[in-house]
Amino acid sequence: MDTAGTIFLPPGSSTLAGDVDALFYFLVYASIAVFGIVVFALVFFIIRYRHRRTEKLATTQGPSHSLRLELLWSIIPTILVIIVFVWGFRVFIRMHVVPKDAMEIKVTGQKWFWSFDYPEGIATVNELVVPVGKPVKLLMSSSDVIHSFFVPHFRIKMDVLPNRYTVTWFEAIRPGNYDLFCAEFCGDGHSDMIGKVRVVSEREFAEWLETGTAGGEDLPPEQYGASLFVGRACHTCHSVEGQRMIGPALNGIFGKEHALASGERVIADENYLRESILEPQAKIVAGYEPVMPTYQGLLNDRQIDALIAYLKSLE
Amino acid sequence: MDTTFERSYLKTPKGLASWLFTLDHKRIGLLYLFGIMGAFLIGGVFALLVRLELFGPDKTLMDADTYNQFFTLHGAIMIFMFIIPSIPATLGNFLLPQMIGARDVAFPRLNLLSWYVYIFGSVFAVYSIAAGGVDTGWTFYTPYSTESTGAVISMTLGIFILGFSSIFTGLNFIVTIHKMRLPGLTWYKLPLFVWGLYATAIIQVLATPVLGITLLLLIMERTFGIGIFDPAMGGDPVLYQHFFWFYSHPAVYIMILPGMGIISELIAVFSHRRIFGYKAIAYSSLAIAFVSFLVWGHHMFTSGQSELAATIFSFLTFLVGIPSGIKVFNWLATLYKGKITLDTPMLYALSFLFLFTIGGLTGVFLGALAVDVHLHDTYFVVAHFHYVMMGGTVMAFLGGLHYWWSKMWGRHYSERWAKITCALIFIGFNVTFFSQFFLGAKGMPRRYYNYLDQFQPLHAFSSVGSLILGAGFVVMAVYLIFSIFKGRRAGTNPWGAMTLEWTNPTPPPPENFTEPPRLEYGPYDYDRVAVERTDT
Amino acid sequence: MTADHAHDRPGPLAHHFTELEQQSDSVKMGMWIFLLTEILLFGGLFVAYTVFRAWNEEMFINAHKFLDIYLGTINTIVLISSSATVALAIRAVQIGDRRKAVILLTATLALAVVFLVVKYFEYSHKFHLGQLPGKYYTFTGVEGSNPHIFFGIYFATTGLHGLHVLGGIIVLGWMLFRTARGDFSPEYHTPLEAAGLYWHLVDMIWIYLFPLLYLIG
Repeated sequence: MDTAGTIFLPPGSSTLAGDVDALFYFLVYASIAVFGIVVFALVFFIIRYRHRRTEKLATTQGPSHSLRLELLWSIIPTILVIIVFVWGFRVFIRMHVVPKDAMEIKVTGQKWFWSFDYPEGIATVNELVVPVGKPVKLLMSSSDVIHSFFVPHFRIKMDVLPNRYTVTWFEAIRPGNYDLFCAEFCGDGHSDMIGKVRVVSEREFAEWLETGTAGGEDLPPEQYGASLFVGRACHTCHSVEGQRMIGPALNGIFGKEHALASGERVIADENYLRESILEPQAKIVAGYEPVMPTYQGLLNDRQIDALIAYLKSLE
Repeated sequence: MDTTFERSYLKTPKGLASWLFTLDHKRIGLLYLFGIMGAFLIGGVFALLVRLELFGPDKTLMDADTYNQFFTLHGAIMIFMFIIPSIPATLGNFLLPQMIGARDVAFPRLNLLSWYVYIFGSVFAVYSIAAGGVDTGWTFYTPYSTESTGAVISMTLGIFILGFSSIFTGLNFIVTIHKMRLPGLTWYKLPLFVWGLYATAIIQVLATPVLGITLLLLIMERTFGIGIFDPAMGGDPVLYQHFFWFYSHPAVYIMILPGMGIISELIAVFSHRRIFGYKAIAYSSLAIAFVSFLVWGHHMFTSGQSELAATIFSFLTFLVGIPSGIKVFNWLATLYKGKITLDTPMLYALSFLFLFTIGGLTGVFLGALAVDVHLHDTYFVVAHFHYVMMGGTVMAFLGGLHYWWSKMWGRHYSERWAKITCALIFIGFNVTFFSQFFLGAKGMPRRYYNYLDQFQPLHAFSSVGSLILGAGFVVMAVYLIFSIFKGRRAGTNPWGAMTLEWTNPTPPPPENFTEPPRLEYGPYDYDRVAVERTDT
Repeated sequence: MTADHAHDRPGPLAHHFTELEQQSDSVKMGMWIFLLTEILLFGGLFVAYTVFRAWNEEMFINAHKFLDIYLGTINTIVLISSSATVALAIRAVQIGDRRKAVILLTATLALAVVFLVVKYFEYSHKFHLGQLPGKYYTFTGVEGSNPHIFFGIYFATTGLHGLHVLGGIIVLGWMLFRTARGDFSPEYHTPLEAAGLYWHLVDMIWIYLFPLLYLIG
C-alpha cells in the first residue's frame, strides 16, 4: 500500500504503513466529529441560554438526569473504542509477526550511534542498507542504556535494551533514504543519534554486499573522510572547531605533541590516529575519560585512510 | 472598620509565627498556594528556556547537557512540586471543611506537617539543580539513571519526601469526608468537588507508596548496586518501568480528578442550574480511580513487553476513557436550559471542555496499539499530556482560583484583565501545543536537543506560543496580587452559588462558621430555591 | 458566637471535633489508611522478590540456606509475643489498670529491642562472610546465577522492616511515657490503640517475610 505524505504523516514507505495510517485517519475523522459535536453543543447552548444580567437569576428548571442519555453516551463510545481497539490490535499483531523469509540484520545501539551487522560479514555505522520489496528482520540490543529504533516512514519503533534482544521488522516498498531516530532518551548525544535507512533495488543491494562499501568511494580521500566523520558519528563526541566535548577537538592536532593521561607525550601521526580509531583505550588524551568505542570491524582500511586524510586537513 | 476582615482567618491570629504554626486549614491552603505558585514559576521558566532553545534546529542558547537538565527539571518540578499538590492542597484544603460544614480537617497537625514535608522535599529537589543537576528525564529510566552522573539521589529523595506530603493530604481528606460531615449531609448531598477530592485521595493513598518503594530501590541501586534493574547483574530495566508507571499512571488521575470536580461546580453555578447526572459524575470519579490502576502498561507498548500484556493494557486503557467522556457529556447537558453567564471562572471551565476533549481524544490515538508504535516518544505524546494536564487541570485550577478568589481574600480581581488573560492563555496554549501534534505525527521525537531542519517551522511556531502563554501568566500574577490589596470588596455570595462555603462571612473566620451551619438545601437545588448574587 | 467553649469539652477532645467518639473513630480510620499505604510500600518489595525468585528459583533456595533459621524463628516468636503484650497493654488500660499497662508496654519495648539485637547479629555475620548487597558482594559459596540478588532483596526487605521496627520503638516509647504519666483512661486511649495497630502491622509484615526468606525450598 502506497501512501503519500499528508499534513499529518510522512509518506508511508513500508508494507504495513498503509494499515497503520488507515486507522490513524479514521481516528482523525472520528475525533473531529466528536470534537465538533462537543464544540457545537457548547457554543449553541451558550448562545441560546445566555442570561441577561439585568434579570434575576431566581430558580432554574431543567432535566436533572436521564438514564437513557447516560446509556446512550456510555454505550456508543464504548462500541467505538472497542472497534478502535480491535483494529489497532490486529494491525499490531501483524507488525509483531515476522515473515519467515525475512533477512536478519543485527542492530546494536549505543551512545550515540547505530551499528548494523549483516550475515555476510559487513558492518556499517548509522546506515542501514536494505533491498526494496524484501522483509527485513532486525535483531536488536544495546551495549549500554536503553535506546529505541524509530523509522517514521516505516511506522516502526522498538526499544533497544541492554543484555536482551528485541525484534522488529519491515518491508520497504520504495527506494529512498529514510530517517532513523533514537526514540528513548539516552544522554547528551540522544538527538544526534540519527541514521539513515537506505532502500535500494535488489540488484544494487547485491552489488553493495559484494563490494562492502557504503557509497562515497569515488570521492577524494579528504572529502570521503569528511562525510565519514559525520556519517560514522565521530562528530557526536569530537568537535572540529576547537570545542571540548566528550572527546578532544580534532582540528589542528596532526603532527603536534599531545599529553596522555598516562603522563607520556606522543606526536599525533598517522599511526597514532589509526590506533586511536581501532584501539581507542590504548592512548587516552590527558583530561578525558576512556569511553570511546572501537571501530574495529566497522571501518575498512580505505575508510580509515580517508578519515586520517580528513583530520590532517583540519587547521 | 471592616470587622469581618479583622475577624477573618487572614488577620486572626496575627503574626508570622501564627502562620508558620497554624492549624487552620484555610491558612495551610494559602501556604500551599505560595509554594505551588513558586514551583510553577520555576518549572515555567525551565519550560520557556527549553522552548527558546528549540527555536532553531541546532544550538541556540545552551549545550546539550544543560538542555537535558532543563527538560528534566521542568518535568519533575511541574509534576511533583506543582500539579500533584495543586488543587487538593490549595483549594481542597481551603474549601473541604467549609463545604461539609466542619471546623477543620480530621487531622490539622498532620495537615501542617504535610506542608512542611512539601517544603522540605521541594528544597531537596531544587537543591539537586545546584548539586550537579539531573538529566534523566522525570521518568528516571534505568540503566541511564543508575549510571548517569548528577544529583539523581538528591532529586529522587526529594520526590520521595514529596510523596509523603501527598499521602498525608489524601489520608486526611478521606477521614475528613467520612467522619466530619454535618449531620444530614449524606453522600449524595455532597458537592461534586468533594467527590472529586475523595476519588483523588484514594489514588494518592494507594499509588504513592509504590512510587516510594520504586525510588528507594533506585537509590539503593545507585548506592549499593543491588542489581535489580541492572541487566549486567541479573536485573531488568523493564521491571523499573513497570514499577514506575504503576504509580505514575494513577498519578495523572490524581492530577485530573480534582480539576473535574471543580468543573462540575463551575458549570452548575454559572449555568445557575442543577448539575445534570449527579450520580453519573460521582460514580465516574470512582470508576476512573479504580480502573486507573490497571492501565500502566500503555506507557510501554514499545518497551519489549509481551504482545499479550500490551493487548490487555490497550483494552483497559480504552475503558478508562469512557467515564471521562461521560462527564463531558453531562457537563454539556448541564448547559441546556441554563442561565449562562460568562464570568472568568466560566470562561476557564469552557476552555477546559474544549481543551480536555482534545486531550482525551488524542489519548485514544495513543491507546490504539498499532498507532502508538508510531506516536510513542514523539511530540504527539508531549502535546497530548499538555492538553490534559495544562488544558485540563491547570484551566480547572485557574477557574477554581478565580471562582473562590473572593472567598479567600474578600476582594475581587479586575474582571477585564482576567478575561484578557484568559484569552492570552487560551491562544498561547493552543499555538504552543496544537502544533506539536503535527510535529509528533511527522516523526519528531521528544527530548531532542537538536532536530532536523524540516521540523523547524512548527518548532518556531510552538515556541512563539510559549511566549504568549508566559506573558499571560505574568499578567495574571500582576492583577491577582494587586487585587489582594486593592481589589473591590466582595460580598458573601457573588456568584449565586448554593454550596455551604458561600453561607459564611467573606473572608471566613478561623472557625469557618459564626453560627452552626444548617443544611437548608442541597448543593445544586437551583430548581427549588431562588438564590441571587450578593455582592457589595 | 463562637462554638469554642473549651471548659465544657472533655480534656482530650480536639477543637475541631464535636464528640470524642468522632475523634477516636477518625484516628483509627486514619491509622488503618496509613497501614494500607505501608502494605503497598512493602508490596513493591514483595513483587520484586516474586519476580527475581521466579527468574532464579534454584539460586534462591541455595542462598537462603545461609540464613539462620533459628535466629529467624526466635525473632518471629519475639514479634508475635510483642503483639500480644501490646494488645494486653491496651486491654489493661481499658479496665483501668495503669500499672499492668506500663509493665506490658515495657515488655513490648524490650521484645522489640531484642528483635533488633538479633538482627544485628544476623547482619554482622553476613557482613563478615561478604554476603553484602550488590556491588559489595564477595561471598562465593552460593551456587546459581547472580547470588547477590537474594542478599540484595534480603537486606532491602529486612532493612526497611527494621527501620519500621525502630520507628515502632520510638512510638511505643512515647506511648509508654504517656501511659505512665496518666494520659489515658478507659474512656480515652485512642493514641495507644493507633500505636498498637501500627505495631501489629510491623509484626504481620515479618510473618510474611519470615517464610519467604527463611523457609523456602
